[in-house]
Amino acid sequence: MKFTLQVWRQAGPDDRGHFETYEAQDVSDEMSFLEVLDVVNEDLIREGKEPIQFDHDCREGICGSCGMMINGQPHGPQRGTATCQLHMRKFKDGETIVVEPWRAASFPIVRDLVVNRSAFDRIVEAGGYISVNTGSAVEANMLPVPKSVSDAAMDAAACIGCGACVAACPNGAAQLFTAAKAQHLNLLPQGQAERWTRTEAMVETMEEYFGSCTMHRECEAACPKNISIDFIAYLNRDYVKAKTVNRNLTGQGLSQ
Amino acid sequence: MSPVTLDSRIPDGPIEDKWESHRFNMRLVNPANKRRFDVIVIGTGLAGASAAATMAELGYRVKVFTFHDSPRRAHSIAAQGGINAAKNYQNDGDSPYRLFYDTVKGGDFRSREANVYRLAQVSVDIIDQCVAQGVPFAREYGGMLENRSFGGVQVSRTFYARGQTGQQLLLGAYQALMRQVSLGAVELHPRTEMLDLVTVDGSARGVVVRDLLTGEISSHAAHAVVLATGGYGNVYYLSTNAKKSNATAIWRAHKKGALFANPCYTQIHPTCIPASDEFQSKLTLMSESLRNDGRIWVPRDSADTRPAHAIPEEDRDYYLERQYPSFGNLVPRDVASRAAKRQVDTGRGVGPKKNGVYLDFADAIDRLGREVIEERYGNLFEMYERITGEDPYVLPMRIYPASHYTMGGLWVDYNLMSNVPGLFVIGEANFSDHGANRLGASALMQGLADGYFVLPYTIGDYLAGLLGQPPVSTSHPAFSEAQQGVEDQVRQFLSIGGTRSPDDFHRELGKIVWDDIGMERTREGLEQALRDIPALKAEFYRDLRVLGTGETVNDSLEKAARVADFFELAELMARDALHREESCGGHFRVEHQSADGEAQRDDEHFSYVGAWEWTGRDSPQTLHREHLEFENVHLATRSYR
Ligand SMILES: Cc1cc2nc3c(=O)[nH]c(=O)nc-3n(C[C@H](O)[C@H](O)[C@H](O)COP(=O)(O)OP(=O)(O)OC[C@H]3O[C@@H](n4cnc5c(N)ncnc54)[C@H](O)[C@@H]3O)c2cc1C
Ligand code: FES
Repeated sequence: MKFTLQVWRQAGPDDRGHFETYEAQDVSDEMSFLEVLDVVNEDLIREGKEPIQFDHDCREGICGSCGMMINGQPHGPQRGTATCQLHMRKFKDGETIVVEPWRAASFPIVRDLVVNRSAFDRIVEAGGYISVNTGSAVEANMLPVPKSVSDAAMDAAACIGCGACVAACPNGAAQLFTAAKAQHLNLLPQGQAERWTRTEAMVETMEEYFGSCTMHRECEAACPKNISIDFIAYLNRDYVKAKTVNRNLTGQGLSQ
Repeated sequence: MSPVTLDSRIPDGPIEDKWESHRFNMRLVNPANKRRFDVIVIGTGLAGASAAATMAELGYRVKVFTFHDSPRRAHSIAAQGGINAAKNYQNDGDSPYRLFYDTVKGGDFRSREANVYRLAQVSVDIIDQCVAQGVPFAREYGGMLENRSFGGVQVSRTFYARGQTGQQLLLGAYQALMRQVSLGAVELHPRTEMLDLVTVDGSARGVVVRDLLTGEISSHAAHAVVLATGGYGNVYYLSTNAKKSNATAIWRAHKKGALFANPCYTQIHPTCIPASDEFQSKLTLMSESLRNDGRIWVPRDSADTRPAHAIPEEDRDYYLERQYPSFGNLVPRDVASRAAKRQVDTGRGVGPKKNGVYLDFADAIDRLGREVIEERYGNLFEMYERITGEDPYVLPMRIYPASHYTMGGLWVDYNLMSNVPGLFVIGEANFSDHGANRLGASALMQGLADGYFVLPYTIGDYLAGLLGQPPVSTSHPAFSEAQQGVEDQVRQFLSIGGTRSPDDFHRELGKIVWDDIGMERTREGLEQALRDIPALKAEFYRDLRVLGTGETVNDSLEKAARVADFFELAELMARDALHREESCGGHFRVEHQSADGEAQRDDEHFSYVGAWEWTGRDSPQTLHREHLEFENVHLATRSYR
């Protein structure tokens, strides 16, 4: 197979950036999308040109490092797939493929396809945890957790923090990410003590950095882990309730 | 440098009481004084994140560095199968003693009993801690935690969260860490790579790091430095490790005096997807948990070209079940890997390149139904299909061994401190608990044991001795010297101006290491490696091409430094493998095998940890030996037949 790649090149945060066109020859359909970029980079280095910078690490769809717009879609055409898991058999021979970094004001471009997603860490820092110091836990089976609850928490916890949801959203909102992070903990019995403070803090931190959600649902379609936007509904519900509960100051209402 | 002494500091007393009495005997730092101590942690995988969070909870001032853009992306995130703990929830006869026994035996009697026993003891606390943090482990319908079994054992003690156990455990540790960041107890430096350890009068006093966004090189001082930087499996180039995993932190510490223990003990994992073409950039693991239900086979006749389903039972060789009736498909990794290699070497491999063996779920699907299999392994099956384009519900998977984990690492004592005072090493980066072969689901256990439950205590004992001493100032000449060294190296890579990329060299190095220091090693091959590696290294320094500058994100520049260190490490691996005239665990010397092809240990001469001391660029490392005593588990030939 062979492909024409139009790749966004930007020397640094302050550079204007532009597209460059590269030909990828002798591509096998077994190759992953990132392996094609590797090959293009090897060619560039051979020609004395600086290779394309992109983030990647695990190359199996779990670390959330990779992520780029491929033909205008976050992580490309295959649903439920991170860029690193995308294989060339999903493309037509001879196709032109446009590759850009995540498009979102809250993810400033660092270089080429590399962006800064640290705003996600700020949301987690705001309350995306259960406060339990090492050593203070009780025996694990003292607290039965219904399988359905644990499974639902796992569905949310599967988020890899790649940022595709933000890149897909016309508003640049981070609702799906925040919802997944918060609901993973809010669903579990262990997460109840801090449920309302967590929700308020995470949502408000999210709003400092990201746009507002108007339910376009693009995030769900782009999510490499197929995280459901139902979690956004749960987050919204929890947020409304959190506003009341947190105002009540004392522990009233904690048990819902 | 002062002469090296290897004191493992194993506490006295019966094995069950060692840790408890040691904890009592260690010096404590009172809460008000903890604030006076600075600790640097390099790495935010399971080991680093758990250690940093816990030490911050205790009151130490912690600075954390990771080359990732977020702590959550560390390689630990990719662990699939599970984490062991001796909870005995299944009532199948498990106990800390049994976990200890299995680990010592699984490690082929090349680990330190006292460390392993402690690991088994604290394993139960890990599960409690993780559940309290909200890790969504698999549960039974009654709401209790579920378990499965893994290779090399006969009980079900593995806890898991679908096929994403590492992810969930790491998120737990990352969240605990971010809580401490928000409390101001941890100062976090993402996208920052440690490039040297700074020692003053022989003790670790700080590090030199490079900001990967701006290229700025800076020094940081502390009372103690903790390396939690993971393993060196990428020395093989193709491996299941994340692409950026590397040995640079531990290697540079080695060059500053830390002994490197058992470098030749590497683990080749039996169940990975075989390589498909020359552009292959990494190999994907299919979790070992699949061996619970999958059956491994090859066609009896190497000329058999029928598709798998057309090959009748009598023409198939379920070679593991045949050779190892009591463990069958669940033999330990080293045994399973070598067995697969032998099948492929005799031409019975399957797939277009005849470079794999089948892992077949047809029987399990018949017995349990597709739904159960989907529930257990759905995401792994999906991953497989995505990569190969084949549906494993219909066609058997094709698997082949790949580099996966490294048991070797920096030498540490019972306190997890290296021979360099103040330098602690935890997680996969140290050598401590797995001997010559690691059992499945035990790396996550060890990383979290070290980080949550061991280091936070033992570091206190060291720091207590430094009370009243401020950290060495970064204006000390040792810092400027180290910083100068790092700057010079960056400049050197940028100025060689050759023709080949760092990846190109890495691929070639990886092939040498795989062929000669891989699943089977021979004297001849190792001697050849000791000629080939230095030759390729010399070419690297002559013909490397790194474009661009050091003042911005520059992937090639980062890689060049890592590949440079892999060259030196590979040489040491070969030397270690050559000197160890026996076969044990993952180290299989063809010259040392029994009549039926099993590893033959030589306890009389090699029952020791081989710890190598750097003696300078132009002279080979010298060997120090820590003799291993087996007082509880009796040395025996490992048999899984
Ligand atoms: C595919 C796969 C599946 C696995 N599945 C399992 C399993 O099911 N069960 C099990 O028990 N084990 C499993 N393992 C093994 C296990 O995941 C690892 O051994 C373990 O996670 C290592 O954790 P760690 O904290 O020691 O290091 P890592 O997770 O590798 O973290 C290293 C950290 O150090 C940082 N770092 C490294 N060098 C530097 C430097 N120079 N400067 C700054 N930062 C640096 C990195 O950024 C990272 O944060 C698996 C491994 C693989 C590859
Ligand atoms: S590289 Fe890890 S998710 Fe793609």
